[in-house]
Amino acid sequence: MIPGSFNYHRPASVADAIKLLSDLGEDARPLAGGHSLVPMMKLRLASPAHLVDLHGIAGLKGIRRDGDTLLIGAMTTQHDLLASDEIAKSVPILHEAALLIADPQVRYRGTIGGNVANGDPGNDMPALMMTLGATYRLEGPGGAREVAAADFYQGAYFTALEPGEILTSISVPAPPAGHGYAYEKLKRKVGDYATAAAAVVLTMADGKVASCTIGLTNVHETPLVAADAAKAVIGTNLDSAALKKAAAAAETIMSPAADARGPVEYRKHVGGIMVTRALQRAASRAR
Amino acid sequence: MNDMTPTRDQRAAALEGMGCKRKRVEDIRFTQGKGNYVDDVKLPGMLHGDFVRSPHPHARVKKIDDSEALKVPGVLAVITAETLKTVNLAWMPTLAGDVQMVLADGKVLFQNQEVAFVVATDRYAADDGINKVVVEYEPLPPLVDPFKSMDPDAPVLREDLAGKTAGAHGPRKHHNHIFEWTVGDRELTDAAFKKADVTIKEMISYHRTHPSPLETCQCVCSFDKIKGELTIWGTFQAPHVIRTVVSLIAKLPEQKIHVIAPDIGGGFGNKVGAYPGYICAAVASIVTGKPVKWVEDRIENLTATSFARDYHMTTEIAATRDGKVTGLRVHVLADHGAFDACADPSKWPAGFFNIVTGSYDFPTAHLAVDGVYTNKAPGGVAYRCSFRVTEAAYCIERAMDILAQKLGMDPAELRLKNFIKPEQFPYHSALGWEYDSGDYHTAMRKMMETTNYAALRKEQAEKRAAFKRGETREIMGLGVSFFTEIVGAGPSKNCDILGIAMFDSCEIRLHPTGTGIARMGTKSQGQGHETTWAQIIATEIGIPADNIQVEEGNTDTAPYGLGTYGSRSTPVAGAAIAMAARKIKAKAQMIAAYKLEVHEDDLEWDIDGFRVKGLPERFLSMKDICWAAYNSVPPGMEPGLEAVSYYDPPNMTYPFGAYLCVMDIDVDTGVYKVRRFYALDDCGTRINPMIIEGQVHGGLTEAFAIAMGQEIRYDEAGNVVTGSFMDFFMPTAVETPHWETDFTVTPSPHHPIGAKGVGESPNVGGVPAFSNAVNDAFSFLGSTHIQMPHDYWRNWKAAKELGAVA
Repeated sequence: MIPGSFNYHRPASVADAIKLLSDLGEDARPLAGGHSLVPMMKLRLASPAHLVDLHGIAGLKGIRRDGDTLLIGAMTTQHDLLASDEIAKSVPILHEAALLIADPQVRYRGTIGGNVANGDPGNDMPALMMTLGATYRLEGPGGAREVAAADFYQGAYFTALEPGEILTSISVPAPPAGHGYAYEKLKRKVGDYATAAAAVVLTMADGKVASCTIGLTNVHETPLVAADAAKAVIGTNLDSAALKKAAAAAETIMSPAADARGPVEYRKHVGGIMVTRALQRAASRAR
Repeated sequence: MNDMTPTRDQRAAALEGMGCKRKRVEDIRFTQGKGNYVDDVKLPGMLHGDFVRSPHPHARVKKIDDSEALKVPGVLAVITAETLKTVNLAWMPTLAGDVQMVLADGKVLFQNQEVAFVVATDRYAADDGINKVVVEYEPLPPLVDPFKSMDPDAPVLREDLAGKTAGAHGPRKHHNHIFEWTVGDRELTDAAFKKADVTIKEMISYHRTHPSPLETCQCVCSFDKIKGELTIWGTFQAPHVIRTVVSLIAKLPEQKIHVIAPDIGGGFGNKVGAYPGYICAAVASIVTGKPVKWVEDRIENLTATSFARDYHMTTEIAATRDGKVTGLRVHVLADHGAFDACADPSKWPAGFFNIVTGSYDFPTAHLAVDGVYTNKAPGGVAYRCSFRVTEAAYCIERAMDILAQKLGMDPAELRLKNFIKPEQFPYHSALGWEYDSGDYHTAMRKMMETTNYAALRKEQAEKRAAFKRGETREIMGLGVSFFTEIVGAGPSKNCDILGIAMFDSCEIRLHPTGTGIARMGTKSQGQGHETTWAQIIATEIGIPADNIQVEEGNTDTAPYGLGTYGSRSTPVAGAAIAMAARKIKAKAQMIAAYKLEVHEDDLEWDIDGFRVKGLPERFLSMKDICWAAYNSVPPGMEPGLEAVSYYDPPNMTYPFGAYLCVMDIDVDTGVYKVRRFYALDDCGTRINPMIIEGQVHGGLTEAFAIAMGQEIRYDEAGNVVTGSFMDFFMPTAVETPHWETDFTVTPSPHHPIGAKGVGESPNVGGVPAFSNAVNDAFSFLGSTHIQMPHDYWRNWKAAKELGAVA
């Protein structure tokens, strides 16, 4: 549990960070909250020769609203998210989910950018960002580009990030007023990754589901959007047949690994239950 | 006398003696981060050691190449078994009569076994060095399942034992067999089973788990070449035993060894035994002439230093149709891993597992335990329990529920029917123990009344009906547990560790101004001895507890003792404290008689001093007696006021308790909620009710963890898959249920103050209460026994297998 030696860099601008990462190549890793990278280094599963700490860059932190879009800086911590009235008001599902991430100590350090950029299938924010239709701003030696969260995740720890690129901010379109939302996460204890989790954002009209998006956490090597499951409830009043159909549709796209949280069959089964419960709770909140 | 004179109650309260909820004096430093732990020991020129560990569960070690490691800046030495052989320390004795490799000698027998010890100027360099040591392994087939360990074609694990047909505890039946231990009357028991109206039989497993104290095992060894003296600071629950063991195996004179156990951050049995890290750090210090520190990390602690449990108990009860038990038969398969490193009294290969008749009047019983080797970490230690007592309590308490289910009786009613009756104490059990005292019926009835047990059963019946009608997906379980512990090891007639009798000790020295210092052979790891020991002295000799300094853990100053584990501190050292105090009191009485100019027999003790009988104004306080003891003793008497006592207990003590767990389980997810947990403990005389309550809370939390998910698990290939607190269930305050505590008081008749010990009761009684609650919840669906741990997915699996989930 003792990391190898490394060089520490603390650039003051995004441009400097990109230059460092490009020049140093694969031996360099950007450092945000460090809650994934540092444990990997202590286990010597990662031995970067250079750490490029992003904490010295002004402007990478903060939350602001621009029309119907929320812009969240990559170095914004989970604690900052929880403290934001704007998030609580406009995208309350992010507030609900952040409360389920680890514990207060971790949330003081852990950043939204690190959470979504690392590509860890256990992280909660990626599925939420996909559910909300968020896009990520990636800046690199070739300039800046926007990538939809839905197109970002390629495999466990594999993302659309190119060498030298860093994720600098997230744009989240605010869901319509009166939407219903819920993030249902089954975990063994505080600080655990989800055994399975489901995010639901929906709107209701005349007692029926008008629109619905469902995201899934930690039931596949990447976060998932369960489109067929959402389709199964649109136009319904979430009767038990519709809920059953949605859970079954969600389960068909899950392929979790067996681990200490349970065998594959269990994790898929409770994944379906999380979908059912998230749909019910989201509907109860919709106006 | 005037109004300012304190009343007797005020004088007694000022002592903060026994029965007082005195605040823990040690917490003043702990809560301010000012404790002094082993890792706080920093000596000039100190080096750091760390281990190269085996990735394989079973492999031959072909070659160890340290040449690249020695080139790493800061790395000074790489110690291997070949190095240790030069000082005859490649192997060390275990407390269980086995031997254990200090570093891999030709073979590795479990994953993460210690292979080489890298010594460097700092921990970073040591770890860099570890990564450069190249070890060539030839993998061998691993043996993981203890039930396959004695198959004829099972791989040979311990080649060092080739040809040895007997071990420390008798004949060996197979190359992977360690011992067979039998107790009781086989023929009588067989006969009882033949005659029985009803019998039950179940294989009840208590899975492998780990004490996992927050502070891991660690030491600093410093050898002074000029003086030929070795000083060891270490996380030791039994510092004197470590001193003697080091002297015997390292061939150093015992007076040249100084063992210091500073503040310890939890032990729970993990810190009783000797580990390779201690030996390697000591050898490294002797070789380099510099102090060497070794500090285990969390993964090493969970996967290499001693585990607990791993007992597989095939249990049978014979009974009459109306529910009177007539016989008990238990066979245990005990998985010890690669070496039998149990930390039990030496003559007891399965500890005190023969307490397995529990709180019940079994006319006959028979027990056989087979210990076997597997490719897992060695052990097992007593994790917050007296030796194998928690396994025994789980075994009998689960089996009594299974019998109740078969008989269609309420589990509480079955227990009440079979309890040893108050008039039967001292009670001789069928498996050889003499229970000192108990009033089980009173405790059980108090539990049932306080929790309104009958109403809970009624609610459960209603919920079950609702579940069957499809109105709820939640099932409710009531876990009854009534345990009897055996603690306070122990009487020299049956308890020793490597030949050292298991007495304990206390030395009290009072100062002229009416204060004093007391030292014991025990060692607190969080139990609060600095607080409670002073309370015993306060009550015994009338010096306020605040005026008594308690010191433990330094073998140069403390009297020899066997340490703190198995709830032995209060039963053994607590008695020594009272006896030493009484010696002081006897001398104080002579001094008082001289000063008050009366005969000793004319004096009576009155809270904090002596009074002349019938003349209340003629009084001499202990404070004044202390002064007199140094300045004006009677002619012919030696000055000073101090005493030492070594206490060899005449018997063990037998704490008991009645617990109830009320649990709700969602069958669709397996998620459980502990709605209520009630724990009534009878630990005899209560020294500090607040500390007892804290002990019960801690022990229940560990019991909750163990029953509901805390497990050291190996996959089929022998890889340990629970090496961190992510997967090894360590509950936080969020997961921990609310605890309700209660008590009865049945003093021990043979203990000077009647105390029995309490630290481990909640773990012993708690585990069956949780497991019985889960089993009780599922029983109406047709199950008889579901193995622990009862984590979410296993609860769901049980529900699914019982047809409650599609």
